[in-house]
Amino acid sequence: MNKPKRDNKIKNQHLSPVLHNTPVPDNTGRDMPHLHETAAAQDAACGLHCIQVRDLGVRDGNNVILENINLHIHCGKLTAVIGRNGAGKTTLIRAILGDIRHEGSIELTDLKDRTVKSLRLGYVPQYINIEKNTPMSVYDFFAGFISNRPIFLWKDKKVYQRVKEQLKLFEAQDFIDKRVCDLSGGELQRVLLSIAVTPIPNLLLLDEPVSGIDRNGMELFYEQIVKLKRNYDLAMIVVSHDFRFVRDYADYVILLDKTIIKEGTPEEVLKSLEFARVFGGADYGYDL
Amino acid sequence: MDTIYDLIDKLLPFSWAGYTFMKNALLGVLIISPLFGMLGTMIVSNRMAFFSDALGHSALTGIALGTVLGLAGTDASMVIFAVIFALLLNRIRRRKTLSTDTVISVFASLSMAIGLVILSAGGKFSSYSSILVGDILSISAGEIGLLLMVLILTAVFWFACFNKLHATGISDTLARSKNIHCALIEDLFCVLMAVIVMFSIRWVGILIINALLILPAAASRNISANVREYSLFSVIISVFSGITGLILSYYLGTATGPSIVIIASAIFFMTLMLQAVRTKG
Repeated sequence: MNKPKRDNKIKNQHLSPVLHNTPVPDNTGRDMPHLHETAAAQDAACGLHCIQVRDLGVRDGNNVILENINLHIHCGKLTAVIGRNGAGKTTLIRAILGDIRHEGSIELTDLKDRTVKSLRLGYVPQYINIEKNTPMSVYDFFAGFISNRPIFLWKDKKVYQRVKEQLKLFEAQDFIDKRVCDLSGGELQRVLLSIAVTPIPNLLLLDEPVSGIDRNGMELFYEQIVKLKRNYDLAMIVVSHDFRFVRDYADYVILLDKTIIKEGTPEEVLKSLEFARVFGGADYGYDL
Repeated sequence: MDTIYDLIDKLLPFSWAGYTFMKNALLGVLIISPLFGMLGTMIVSNRMAFFSDALGHSALTGIALGTVLGLAGTDASMVIFAVIFALLLNRIRRRKTLSTDTVISVFASLSMAIGLVILSAGGKFSSYSSILVGDILSISAGEIGLLLMVLILTAVFWFACFNKLHATGISDTLARSKNIHCALIEDLFCVLMAVIVMFSIRWVGILIINALLILPAAASRNISANVREYSLFSVIISVFSGITGLILSYYLGTATGPSIVIIASAIFFMTLMLQAVRTKG
Protein backbone atom coordinates (compact mmCIF):
# COMPACT_ATOMS: atom_id res chain seq x y z
CA MET A 1 0.00 0.00 0.00
CA ASN A 2 2.99 2.27 0.37
CA LYS A 3 3.85 2.72 -3.23
CA PRO A 4 0.62 4.39 -4.29
CA LYS A 5 0.82 6.63 -1.26
CA ARG A 6 4.17 7.97 -2.34
CA ASP A 7 2.83 8.46 -5.77
CA ASN A 8 0.01 10.55 -4.42
CA LYS A 9 2.28 12.86 -2.61
CA ILE A 10 3.89 13.74 -5.88
CA LYS A 11 0.60 14.77 -7.45
CA ASN A 12 -1.62 15.61 -4.60
CA GLN A 13 -3.85 18.13 -6.29
CA HIS A 14 -6.55 15.54 -6.08
CA LEU A 15 -6.60 13.43 -3.01
CA SER A 16 -6.52 9.73 -3.57
CA PRO A 17 -8.80 7.34 -1.73
CA VAL A 18 -5.67 5.57 -0.54
CA LEU A 19 -4.77 8.51 1.62
CA HIS A 20 -7.96 8.18 3.53
CA ASN A 21 -7.45 5.03 5.45
CA THR A 22 -7.97 6.79 8.75
CA PRO A 23 -10.35 4.81 10.90
CA VAL A 24 -13.76 6.26 11.39
CA PRO A 25 -15.03 6.03 14.94
CA ASP A 26 -17.85 3.54 14.96
CA ASN A 27 -20.42 5.02 17.25
CA THR A 28 -23.42 3.55 15.57
CA GLY A 29 -23.18 0.20 17.28
CA ARG A 30 -24.12 -1.50 14.01
CA ASP A 31 -22.42 -4.72 13.14
CA MET A 32 -21.75 -3.87 9.54
CA PRO A 33 -18.05 -3.73 8.83
CA HIS A 34 -16.57 -0.39 7.95
CA LEU A 35 -14.53 -1.52 5.06
CA HIS A 36 -12.37 1.53 4.82
CA GLU A 37 -10.93 0.71 8.20
CA THR A 38 -10.42 -2.97 7.56
CA ALA A 39 -7.72 -4.54 5.50
CA ALA A 40 -10.26 -6.02 3.12
CA ALA A 41 -8.99 -4.05 0.18
CA GLN A 42 -5.67 -5.79 0.35
CA ASP A 43 -7.14 -9.21 -0.25
CA ALA A 44 -7.07 -9.29 -4.00
CA ALA A 45 -6.35 -5.81 -5.25
CA CYS A 46 -2.70 -5.00 -5.73
CA GLY A 47 -3.28 -1.29 -5.38
CA LEU A 48 -0.90 -0.71 -8.21
CA HIS A 49 -3.34 0.22 -10.90
CA CYS A 50 -4.48 3.74 -10.87
CA ILE A 51 -7.11 5.42 -12.94
CA GLN A 52 -6.84 9.12 -13.49
CA VAL A 53 -9.60 11.32 -14.75
CA ARG A 54 -8.24 14.71 -15.73
CA ASP A 55 -10.26 17.85 -16.38
CA LEU A 56 -13.31 15.98 -17.50
CA GLY A 57 -16.10 18.20 -18.75
CA VAL A 58 -19.34 17.71 -20.61
CA ARG A 59 -21.18 20.42 -22.49
CA ASP A 60 -24.48 20.45 -24.28
CA GLY A 61 -24.20 23.45 -26.54
CA ASN A 62 -23.49 26.37 -24.21
CA ASN A 63 -24.93 24.52 -21.28
CA VAL A 64 -22.28 23.15 -18.91
CA ILE A 65 -23.31 19.80 -17.50
CA LEU A 66 -20.00 18.84 -15.91
CA GLU A 67 -16.68 20.63 -15.59
CA ASN A 68 -13.27 20.28 -13.97
CA ILE A 69 -13.72 16.72 -12.79
CA ASN A 70 -10.43 15.33 -11.52
CA LEU A 71 -10.35 11.89 -10.02
CA HIS A 72 -7.65 9.55 -8.95
CA ILE A 73 -8.80 6.03 -8.22
CA HIS A 74 -6.84 2.95 -7.20
CA CYS A 75 -7.83 -0.64 -7.66
CA GLY A 76 -9.50 -2.16 -4.64
CA LYS A 77 -11.20 1.09 -3.73
CA LEU A 78 -14.83 2.02 -3.87
CA THR A 79 -15.57 5.61 -4.75
CA ALA A 80 -19.14 6.72 -4.18
CA VAL A 81 -20.63 9.56 -6.18
CA ILE A 82 -23.50 11.40 -4.53
CA GLY A 83 -25.45 14.50 -5.45
CA ARG A 84 -28.95 15.76 -5.96
CA ASN A 85 -31.00 14.89 -9.04
CA GLY A 86 -29.57 16.47 -12.16
CA ALA A 87 -26.16 17.02 -10.59
CA GLY A 88 -24.56 15.11 -13.46
CA LYS A 89 -23.95 11.75 -11.77
CA THR A 90 -25.19 9.59 -14.62
CA THR A 91 -23.56 11.95 -17.11
CA LEU A 92 -20.22 11.43 -15.37
CA ILE A 93 -20.61 7.66 -15.71
CA ARG A 94 -21.57 7.95 -19.36
CA ALA A 95 -18.64 10.28 -20.06
CA ILE A 96 -16.19 7.83 -18.50
CA LEU A 97 -17.76 5.11 -20.63
CA GLY A 98 -17.20 7.22 -23.73
CA ASP A 99 -20.91 7.13 -24.47
CA ILE A 100 -21.13 10.90 -24.69
CA ARG A 101 -18.70 13.48 -25.95
CA HIS A 102 -16.50 14.97 -23.25
CA GLU A 103 -13.35 17.00 -22.65
CA GLY A 104 -10.38 15.81 -20.65
CA SER A 105 -8.78 12.42 -20.41
CA ILE A 106 -9.17 9.12 -18.62
CA GLU A 107 -6.07 6.99 -18.21
CA LEU A 108 -5.08 3.77 -16.57
CA THR A 109 -1.55 3.66 -15.26
CA ASP A 110 0.23 0.59 -14.03
CA LEU A 111 2.38 1.88 -11.19
CA LYS A 112 4.63 -1.16 -11.37
CA ASP A 113 6.20 -0.09 -14.62
CA ARG A 114 4.61 3.31 -15.13
CA THR A 115 2.95 2.33 -18.37
CA VAL A 116 -0.36 3.58 -19.59
CA LYS A 117 -2.66 0.69 -20.34
CA SER A 118 -5.96 0.50 -22.09
CA LEU A 119 -8.76 0.66 -19.62
CA ARG A 120 -11.31 -2.12 -19.51
CA LEU A 121 -14.63 -0.92 -18.23
CA GLY A 122 -17.57 -2.66 -16.67
CA TYR A 123 -20.91 -0.97 -16.36
CA VAL A 124 -24.09 -1.72 -14.46
CA PRO A 125 -26.87 0.55 -15.68
CA GLN A 126 -29.50 1.97 -13.37
CA TYR A 127 -32.12 0.00 -15.19
CA ILE A 128 -32.65 -1.40 -18.64
CA ASN A 129 -35.88 -1.02 -20.43
CA ILE A 130 -37.04 -4.45 -21.51
CA GLU A 131 -40.61 -4.74 -22.64
CA LYS A 132 -42.95 -7.44 -21.41
CA ASN A 133 -42.80 -10.63 -23.45
CA THR A 134 -39.43 -9.88 -24.97
CA PRO A 135 -38.15 -13.23 -26.21
CA MET A 136 -34.71 -13.10 -24.68
CA SER A 137 -33.40 -15.44 -22.03
CA VAL A 138 -30.70 -14.50 -19.56
CA TYR A 139 -28.41 -16.85 -21.48
CA ASP A 140 -29.06 -14.96 -24.75
CA PHE A 141 -28.49 -11.63 -23.07
CA PHE A 142 -25.23 -12.76 -21.48
CA ALA A 143 -23.83 -14.86 -24.33
CA GLY A 144 -24.26 -11.99 -26.76
CA PHE A 145 -21.58 -10.09 -24.87
CA ILE A 146 -19.03 -12.82 -24.33
CA SER A 147 -19.26 -14.86 -27.50
CA ASN A 148 -19.07 -14.08 -31.19
CA ARG A 149 -21.22 -17.04 -32.02
CA PRO A 150 -24.61 -15.65 -33.08
CA ILE A 151 -27.14 -16.25 -30.33
CA PHE A 152 -29.87 -17.24 -32.77
CA LEU A 153 -28.04 -20.53 -33.26
CA TRP A 154 -28.42 -23.43 -30.86
CA LYS A 155 -26.74 -23.01 -27.50
CA ASP A 156 -23.05 -23.65 -27.19
CA LYS A 157 -22.30 -25.91 -24.22
CA LYS A 158 -19.04 -24.18 -23.34
CA VAL A 159 -20.56 -20.71 -23.45
CA TYR A 160 -23.56 -21.95 -21.46
CA GLN A 161 -21.25 -23.32 -18.79
CA ARG A 162 -19.27 -20.12 -18.64
CA VAL A 163 -22.40 -18.00 -18.35
CA LYS A 164 -23.61 -20.22 -15.55
CA GLU A 165 -20.35 -19.95 -13.66
CA GLN A 166 -20.33 -16.17 -13.97
CA LEU A 167 -23.95 -15.93 -12.84
CA LYS A 168 -23.12 -18.13 -9.88
CA LEU A 169 -20.79 -15.44 -8.55
CA PHE A 170 -23.87 -13.37 -7.82
CA GLU A 171 -26.25 -16.19 -6.99
CA ALA A 172 -28.05 -15.74 -10.27
CA GLN A 173 -27.36 -19.11 -11.91
CA ASP A 174 -30.98 -20.24 -11.57
CA PHE A 175 -32.15 -17.47 -13.89
CA ILE A 176 -30.11 -18.63 -16.86
CA ASP A 177 -33.07 -19.99 -18.83
CA LYS A 178 -35.58 -17.45 -17.61
CA ARG A 179 -36.66 -14.57 -19.78
CA VAL A 180 -34.94 -11.33 -18.82
CA CYS A 181 -38.28 -9.51 -18.76
CA ASP A 182 -39.59 -11.90 -16.08
CA LEU A 183 -36.84 -11.12 -13.58
CA SER A 184 -37.47 -8.85 -10.62
CA GLY A 185 -35.49 -5.64 -10.28
CA GLY A 186 -33.03 -7.18 -7.84
CA GLU A 187 -32.56 -10.31 -9.93
CA LEU A 188 -31.94 -8.30 -13.07
CA GLN A 189 -29.43 -6.18 -11.18
CA ARG A 190 -27.44 -9.26 -10.24
CA VAL A 191 -27.46 -10.50 -13.83
CA LEU A 192 -26.26 -7.09 -14.99
CA LEU A 193 -23.54 -7.19 -12.36
CA SER A 194 -22.27 -10.55 -13.58
CA ILE A 195 -22.28 -9.31 -17.17
CA ALA A 196 -20.34 -6.22 -16.12
CA VAL A 197 -17.55 -8.25 -14.50
CA THR A 198 -17.18 -10.72 -17.39
CA PRO A 199 -14.34 -10.31 -18.17
CA ILE A 200 -13.05 -8.56 -15.04
CA PRO A 201 -12.78 -4.82 -15.75
CA ASN A 202 -10.22 -2.41 -14.31
CA LEU A 203 -12.94 0.01 -13.46
CA LEU A 204 -16.49 -0.96 -12.62
CA LEU A 205 -19.11 1.74 -12.95
CA LEU A 206 -22.36 1.24 -11.12
CA ASP A 207 -25.40 3.38 -11.43
CA GLU A 208 -27.35 2.36 -8.38
CA PRO A 209 -30.97 1.60 -9.02
CA VAL A 210 -33.32 4.14 -7.46
CA SER A 211 -36.49 2.12 -7.64
CA GLY A 212 -37.79 -1.34 -8.34
CA ILE A 213 -35.68 -3.13 -5.77
CA ASP A 214 -36.88 -3.93 -2.28
CA ARG A 215 -34.84 -3.58 0.88
CA ASN A 216 -33.66 -7.20 0.86
CA GLY A 217 -32.71 -7.04 -2.78
CA MET A 218 -30.72 -3.89 -2.14
CA GLU A 219 -28.94 -5.45 0.82
CA LEU A 220 -27.99 -8.47 -1.29
CA PHE A 221 -26.80 -6.16 -4.06
CA TYR A 222 -24.52 -4.31 -1.63
CA GLU A 223 -23.15 -7.57 -0.30
CA GLN A 224 -22.24 -8.60 -3.84
CA ILE A 225 -20.49 -5.30 -4.42
CA VAL A 226 -18.43 -5.71 -1.27
CA LYS A 227 -17.57 -9.28 -2.24
CA LEU A 228 -16.45 -8.07 -5.63
CA LYS A 229 -14.24 -5.44 -4.13
CA ARG A 230 -12.67 -7.97 -1.83
CA ASN A 231 -12.11 -10.68 -4.39
CA TYR A 232 -11.05 -8.88 -7.51
CA ASP A 233 -8.44 -6.45 -8.60
CA LEU A 234 -10.73 -3.65 -9.68
CA ALA A 235 -11.73 -0.11 -8.83
CA MET A 236 -15.34 0.92 -8.48
CA ILE A 237 -17.30 4.08 -8.96
CA VAL A 238 -20.79 3.78 -7.55
CA VAL A 239 -23.48 6.38 -8.04
CA SER A 240 -25.46 6.06 -4.86
CA HIS A 241 -28.61 7.49 -3.38
CA ASP A 242 -28.29 5.58 -0.16
CA PHE A 243 -26.15 7.43 2.37
CA ARG A 244 -26.12 4.47 4.70
CA PHE A 245 -24.42 2.47 1.99
CA VAL A 246 -22.00 5.31 1.34
CA ARG A 247 -21.13 5.59 5.01
CA ASP A 248 -20.65 1.87 5.50
CA TYR A 249 -18.97 0.78 2.31
CA ALA A 250 -17.32 3.64 0.44
CA ASP A 251 -13.61 4.36 0.72
CA TYR A 252 -13.98 7.76 -0.78
CA VAL A 253 -16.91 10.00 -1.50
CA ILE A 254 -17.47 12.62 -4.13
CA LEU A 255 -20.25 15.14 -3.81
CA LEU A 256 -21.16 16.27 -7.26
CA ASP A 257 -22.96 19.35 -8.45
CA LYS A 258 -21.74 20.07 -11.97
CA THR A 259 -18.27 19.76 -10.51
CA ILE A 260 -16.84 18.16 -7.41
CA ILE A 261 -17.96 20.41 -4.57
CA LYS A 262 -16.65 18.21 -1.78
CA GLU A 263 -14.60 15.04 -1.61
CA GLY A 264 -13.02 12.93 1.09
CA THR A 265 -13.82 10.06 3.38
CA PRO A 266 -17.50 9.30 3.96
CA GLU A 267 -17.15 10.94 7.36
CA GLU A 268 -15.71 14.13 5.93
CA VAL A 269 -18.22 14.49 3.14
CA LEU A 270 -21.37 13.42 4.92
CA LYS A 271 -20.70 15.83 7.77
CA SER A 272 -19.61 18.71 5.59
CA LEU A 273 -21.36 22.01 5.11
CA GLU A 274 -21.58 21.34 1.40
CA PHE A 275 -23.46 18.12 2.04
CA ALA A 276 -25.84 19.87 4.39
CA ARG A 277 -26.41 22.61 1.84
CA VAL A 278 -27.21 20.15 -0.97
CA PHE A 279 -29.31 17.72 0.99
CA GLY A 280 -30.66 19.86 3.78
CA GLY A 281 -28.71 18.17 6.54
CA ALA A 282 -30.55 16.00 9.03
CA ASP A 283 -33.76 16.23 7.07
CA TYR A 284 -32.68 13.12 5.27
CA GLY A 285 -33.34 11.01 8.29
CA TYR A 286 -30.00 9.29 8.36
CA ASP A 287 -28.24 9.42 11.65
CA LEU A 288 -24.85 10.30 10.36
CA MET B 1 -32.11 -22.32 -63.97
CA ASP B 2 -33.64 -25.10 -66.07
CA THR B 3 -32.57 -27.72 -63.57
CA ILE B 4 -34.32 -25.79 -60.83
CA TYR B 5 -37.46 -25.55 -62.95
CA ASP B 6 -37.31 -29.32 -63.56
CA LEU B 7 -36.90 -29.88 -59.86
CA ILE B 8 -39.97 -27.76 -59.10
CA ASP B 9 -41.93 -29.73 -61.73
CA LYS B 10 -40.95 -32.98 -60.07
CA LEU B 11 -41.54 -31.86 -56.52
CA LEU B 12 -44.70 -29.88 -57.11
CA PRO B 13 -46.87 -31.55 -59.73
CA PHE B 14 -49.64 -28.97 -59.33
CA SER B 15 -51.25 -26.88 -62.01
CA TRP B 16 -50.09 -23.58 -60.49
CA ALA B 17 -46.46 -24.70 -60.54
CA GLY B 18 -46.65 -25.43 -64.25
CA TYR B 19 -46.18 -21.82 -65.34
CA THR B 20 -42.71 -20.33 -65.48
CA PHE B 21 -43.88 -17.06 -63.89
CA MET B 22 -45.24 -19.03 -60.95
CA LYS B 23 -41.98 -20.93 -60.63
CA ASN B 24 -40.09 -17.67 -60.59
CA ALA B 25 -42.50 -16.18 -58.11
CA LEU B 26 -42.10 -19.21 -55.88
CA LEU B 27 -38.32 -18.88 -55.97
CA GLY B 28 -38.64 -15.16 -55.26
CA VAL B 29 -40.86 -15.86 -52.25
CA LEU B 30 -38.48 -18.54 -51.04
CA ILE B 31 -35.70 -15.95 -50.96
CA ILE B 32 -37.58 -12.87 -49.80
CA SER B 33 -39.61 -14.46 -47.02
CA PRO B 34 -36.76 -15.89 -44.90
CA LEU B 35 -34.86 -12.65 -45.49
CA PHE B 36 -37.77 -10.63 -44.14
CA GLY B 37 -38.29 -13.09 -41.31
CA MET B 38 -34.71 -12.60 -40.12
CA LEU B 39 -34.61 -8.86 -40.62
CA GLY B 40 -37.99 -8.42 -38.95
CA THR B 41 -36.86 -9.86 -35.62
CA MET B 42 -34.21 -7.19 -35.34
CA ILE B 43 -36.49 -4.38 -36.57
CA VAL B 44 -39.09 -5.28 -33.96
CA SER B 45 -36.57 -5.84 -31.13
CA ASN B 46 -34.74 -2.60 -31.80
CA ARG B 47 -38.00 -0.67 -32.21
CA MET B 48 -37.35 0.37 -35.79
CA ALA B 49 -40.74 -0.40 -37.35
CA PHE B 50 -41.29 3.26 -38.14
CA PHE B 51 -37.88 3.40 -39.66
CA SER B 52 -38.39 0.55 -42.10
CA ASP B 53 -41.76 2.00 -43.08
CA ALA B 54 -40.16 5.35 -43.89
CA LEU B 55 -37.49 3.54 -45.87
CA GLY B 56 -40.11 1.86 -48.02
CA HIS B 57 -41.74 5.18 -48.80
CA SER B 58 -38.44 6.65 -49.90
CA ALA B 59 -38.40 4.24 -52.83
CA LEU B 60 -40.72 6.53 -54.77
CA THR B 61 -38.28 9.43 -54.59
CA GLY B 62 -35.48 7.09 -55.59
CA ILE B 63 -37.32 6.06 -58.71
CA ALA B 64 -38.33 9.63 -59.46
CA LEU B 65 -34.74 10.83 -59.16
CA GLY B 66 -33.67 8.06 -61.52
CA THR B 67 -36.16 9.11 -64.17
CA VAL B 68 -35.31 12.81 -63.79
CA LEU B 69 -31.62 12.06 -64.19
CA GLY B 70 -32.47 9.92 -67.19
CA LEU B 71 -30.91 6.73 -65.85
CA ALA B 72 -31.62 3.57 -67.77
CA GLY B 73 -32.48 1.47 -64.74
CA THR B 74 -33.95 3.17 -61.70
CA ASP B 75 -32.61 0.43 -59.40
CA ALA B 76 -29.30 2.19 -58.84
CA SER B 77 -30.83 5.57 -58.01
CA MET B 78 -33.33 3.86 -55.71
CA VAL B 79 -30.67 2.04 -53.73
CA ILE B 80 -28.33 5.02 -53.50
CA PHE B 81 -31.11 7.35 -52.39
CA ALA B 82 -32.39 4.82 -49.85
CA VAL B 83 -28.92 4.32 -48.35
CA ILE B 84 -28.42 8.09 -47.95
CA PHE B 85 -31.94 8.41 -46.57
CA ALA B 86 -31.37 5.56 -44.11
CA LEU B 87 -28.14 7.06 -42.80
CA LEU B 88 -29.78 10.44 -42.41
CA LEU B 89 -32.75 8.98 -40.58
CA ASN B 90 -30.47 7.01 -38.31
CA ARG B 91 -28.66 10.18 -37.37
CA ILE B 92 -31.96 11.77 -36.43
CA ARG B 93 -33.04 8.67 -34.55
CA ARG B 94 -29.89 8.74 -32.48
CA ARG B 95 -30.53 12.28 -31.33
CA LYS B 96 -32.97 11.23 -28.70
CA THR B 97 -34.03 14.71 -27.72
CA LEU B 98 -36.34 15.08 -30.70
CA SER B 99 -39.51 13.16 -30.95
CA THR B 100 -38.00 10.76 -33.43
CA ASP B 101 -41.07 8.98 -34.72
CA THR B 102 -42.62 12.34 -35.60
CA VAL B 103 -39.52 13.47 -37.45
CA ILE B 104 -39.22 10.15 -39.26
CA SER B 105 -42.85 10.43 -40.33
CA VAL B 106 -42.23 13.90 -41.65
CA PHE B 107 -39.29 12.72 -43.71
CA ALA B 108 -41.18 9.70 -44.98
CA SER B 109 -44.16 11.77 -46.05
CA LEU B 110 -41.95 14.36 -47.69
CA SER B 111 -39.95 11.84 -49.66
CA MET B 112 -43.10 10.07 -50.78
CA ALA B 113 -44.72 13.33 -51.83
CA ILE B 114 -41.66 14.40 -53.81
CA GLY B 115 -41.62 11.06 -55.56
CA LEU B 116 -45.33 11.22 -56.36
CA VAL B 117 -45.10 14.80 -57.67
CA ILE B 118 -42.24 14.02 -60.01
CA LEU B 119 -43.66 10.73 -61.23
CA SER B 120 -47.16 12.09 -61.74
CA ALA B 121 -45.97 15.06 -63.78
CA GLY B 122 -47.71 14.85 -67.13
CA GLY B 123 -50.22 12.29 -65.84
CA LYS B 124 -47.88 9.34 -66.25
CA PHE B 125 -48.18 7.91 -62.75
CA SER B 126 -50.28 4.92 -63.80
CA SER B 127 -47.20 3.31 -65.31
CA TYR B 128 -45.55 3.37 -61.89
CA SER B 129 -48.53 2.38 -59.80
CA SER B 130 -47.47 -1.27 -59.73
CA ILE B 131 -44.76 -0.33 -57.27
CA LEU B 132 -47.42 0.46 -54.68
CA VAL B 133 -48.70 -3.10 -54.37
CA GLY B 134 -45.83 -4.90 -56.04
CA ASP B 135 -45.99 -7.78 -58.47
CA ILE B 136 -44.00 -10.85 -57.61
CA LEU B 137 -45.40 -12.66 -60.65
CA SER B 138 -43.30 -10.47 -62.93
CA ILE B 139 -39.95 -11.37 -61.38
CA SER B 140 -37.34 -12.68 -63.83
CA ALA B 141 -34.59 -15.25 -63.41
CA GLY B 142 -31.86 -12.56 -63.36
CA GLU B 143 -33.67 -10.66 -60.64
CA ILE B 144 -33.94 -13.81 -58.58
CA GLY B 145 -30.16 -14.13 -58.83
CA LEU B 146 -29.81 -10.58 -57.54
CA LEU B 147 -32.09 -11.34 -54.60
CA LEU B 148 -30.07 -14.45 -53.84
CA MET B 149 -26.96 -12.30 -53.58
CA VAL B 150 -28.73 -9.99 -51.16
CA LEU B 151 -29.75 -13.03 -49.11
CA ILE B 152 -26.14 -14.22 -48.93
CA LEU B 153 -24.94 -10.73 -47.98
CA THR B 154 -27.52 -10.57 -45.21
CA ALA B 155 -26.58 -14.01 -43.91
CA VAL B 156 -22.93 -12.95 -43.71
CA PHE B 157 -23.83 -9.77 -41.87
CA TRP B 158 -26.13 -11.72 -39.58
CA PHE B 159 -23.42 -14.15 -38.57
CA ALA B 160 -20.85 -11.42 -38.07
CA CYS B 161 -22.89 -8.75 -36.31
CA PHE B 162 -26.03 -10.26 -34.81
CA ASN B 163 -24.80 -10.27 -31.21
CA LYS B 164 -23.53 -6.73 -31.39
CA LEU B 165 -26.69 -5.47 -33.01
CA HIS B 166 -28.77 -7.29 -30.44
CA ALA B 167 -26.77 -5.73 -27.59
CA THR B 168 -27.16 -2.28 -29.13
CA GLY B 169 -30.91 -2.76 -29.19
CA ILE B 170 -31.08 -3.53 -25.47
CA SER B 171 -29.03 -0.61 -24.19
CA ASP B 172 -26.44 1.29 -26.16
CA THR B 173 -24.69 2.53 -23.03
CA LEU B 174 -24.24 -1.04 -21.86
CA ALA B 175 -23.08 -2.07 -25.34
CA ARG B 176 -20.67 0.85 -25.33
CA SER B 177 -19.12 -0.41 -22.08
CA LYS B 178 -18.39 -3.68 -23.86
CA ASN B 179 -16.57 -1.82 -26.62
CA ILE B 180 -19.28 -2.24 -29.21
CA HIS B 181 -19.36 0.56 -31.74
CA CYS B 182 -23.09 1.10 -31.62
CA ALA B 183 -23.27 3.88 -34.18
CA LEU B 184 -21.26 1.94 -36.76
CA ILE B 185 -23.21 -1.28 -36.25
CA GLU B 186 -26.52 0.55 -36.49
CA ASP B 187 -25.44 2.38 -39.61
CA LEU B 188 -24.42 -0.89 -41.24
CA PHE B 189 -27.74 -2.42 -40.32
CA CYS B 190 -29.62 0.54 -41.77
CA VAL B 191 -27.67 0.35 -45.01
CA LEU B 192 -28.39 -3.36 -45.23
CA MET B 193 -32.05 -2.70 -44.57
CA ALA B 194 -32.12 -0.06 -47.28
CA VAL B 195 -30.56 -2.46 -49.79
CA ILE B 196 -32.95 -5.29 -48.94
CA VAL B 197 -36.02 -3.08 -49.03
CA MET B 198 -35.05 -1.55 -52.37
CA PHE B 199 -34.27 -4.86 -54.01
CA SER B 200 -37.55 -6.37 -52.95
CA ILE B 201 -39.90 -3.42 -53.20
CA ARG B 202 -40.86 -4.04 -56.84
CA TRP B 203 -42.11 -7.50 -55.93
CA VAL B 204 -43.63 -6.72 -52.59
CA GLY B 205 -44.88 -3.15 -52.96
CA ILE B 206 -44.47 0.02 -50.93
CA LEU B 207 -47.82 -0.29 -49.21
CA ILE B 208 -47.24 -3.69 -47.71
CA ILE B 209 -43.50 -4.15 -47.40
CA ASN B 210 -43.53 -3.10 -43.77
CA ALA B 211 -46.34 -5.51 -42.94
CA LEU B 212 -44.27 -8.35 -44.31
CA LEU B 213 -41.24 -7.23 -42.33
CA ILE B 214 -43.05 -6.77 -39.03
CA LEU B 215 -45.83 -9.39 -38.93
CA PRO B 216 -43.80 -12.63 -38.82
CA ALA B 217 -41.52 -11.25 -36.12
CA ALA B 218 -44.42 -9.84 -34.13
CA ALA B 219 -46.24 -13.18 -34.33
CA SER B 220 -43.14 -15.09 -33.35
CA ARG B 221 -42.59 -12.78 -30.41
CA ASN B 222 -45.89 -13.89 -28.92
CA ILE B 223 -44.85 -17.51 -28.65
CA SER B 224 -41.07 -17.45 -28.10
CA ALA B 225 -39.09 -17.54 -24.89
CA ASN B 226 -35.64 -16.87 -26.28
CA VAL B 227 -33.75 -15.51 -29.26
CA ARG B 228 -33.42 -18.91 -30.94
CA GLU B 229 -37.14 -19.57 -30.95
CA TYR B 230 -37.84 -15.98 -31.91
CA SER B 231 -35.67 -16.15 -35.04
CA LEU B 232 -36.71 -19.66 -36.02
CA PHE B 233 -40.47 -19.10 -35.66
CA SER B 234 -40.22 -15.77 -37.43
CA VAL B 235 -38.56 -17.33 -40.47
CA ILE B 236 -40.98 -20.28 -40.49
CA ILE B 237 -44.04 -18.03 -40.23
CA SER B 238 -42.67 -15.77 -42.93
CA VAL B 239 -41.94 -18.60 -45.37
CA PHE B 240 -45.23 -20.32 -44.62
CA SER B 241 -47.35 -17.22 -45.19
CA GLY B 242 -45.30 -16.36 -48.28
CA ILE B 243 -45.93 -19.71 -49.98
CA THR B 244 -49.57 -20.13 -48.94
CA GLY B 245 -50.25 -16.52 -49.90
CA LEU B 246 -48.75 -17.08 -53.33
CA ILE B 247 -50.74 -20.27 -54.01
CA LEU B 248 -53.93 -18.74 -52.66
CA SER B 249 -53.54 -15.66 -54.83
CA TYR B 250 -53.14 -17.92 -57.87
CA TYR B 251 -56.40 -19.73 -57.25
CA LEU B 252 -58.36 -16.67 -56.14
CA GLY B 253 -56.86 -14.39 -58.76
CA THR B 254 -55.91 -11.80 -56.16
CA ALA B 255 -52.76 -9.70 -55.76
CA THR B 256 -50.00 -11.80 -54.16
CA GLY B 257 -48.52 -9.35 -51.63
CA PRO B 258 -51.78 -8.53 -49.85
CA SER B 259 -52.73 -12.22 -49.79
CA ILE B 260 -49.49 -12.97 -47.97
CA VAL B 261 -50.17 -10.16 -45.53
CA ILE B 262 -53.63 -11.57 -44.73
CA ILE B 263 -52.18 -15.01 -44.00
CA ALA B 264 -49.43 -13.50 -41.84
CA SER B 265 -51.97 -11.40 -39.96
CA ALA B 266 -54.13 -14.47 -39.33
CA ILE B 267 -51.09 -16.22 -37.88
CA PHE B 268 -50.36 -13.17 -35.76
CA PHE B 269 -53.82 -13.28 -34.19
CA MET B 270 -53.51 -17.01 -33.64
CA THR B 271 -50.24 -16.55 -31.75
CA LEU B 272 -51.81 -13.72 -29.80
CA MET B 273 -54.58 -16.04 -28.63
CA LEU B 274 -52.09 -18.78 -27.89
CA GLN B 275 -50.16 -16.37 -25.71
CA ALA B 276 -53.30 -15.28 -23.89
CA VAL B 277 -54.23 -18.90 -23.21
CA ARG B 278 -50.73 -19.66 -22.03
CA THR B 279 -50.46 -16.75 -19.59
CA LYS B 280 -53.89 -17.58 -18.14
CA GLY B 281 -53.11 -21.25 -17.71
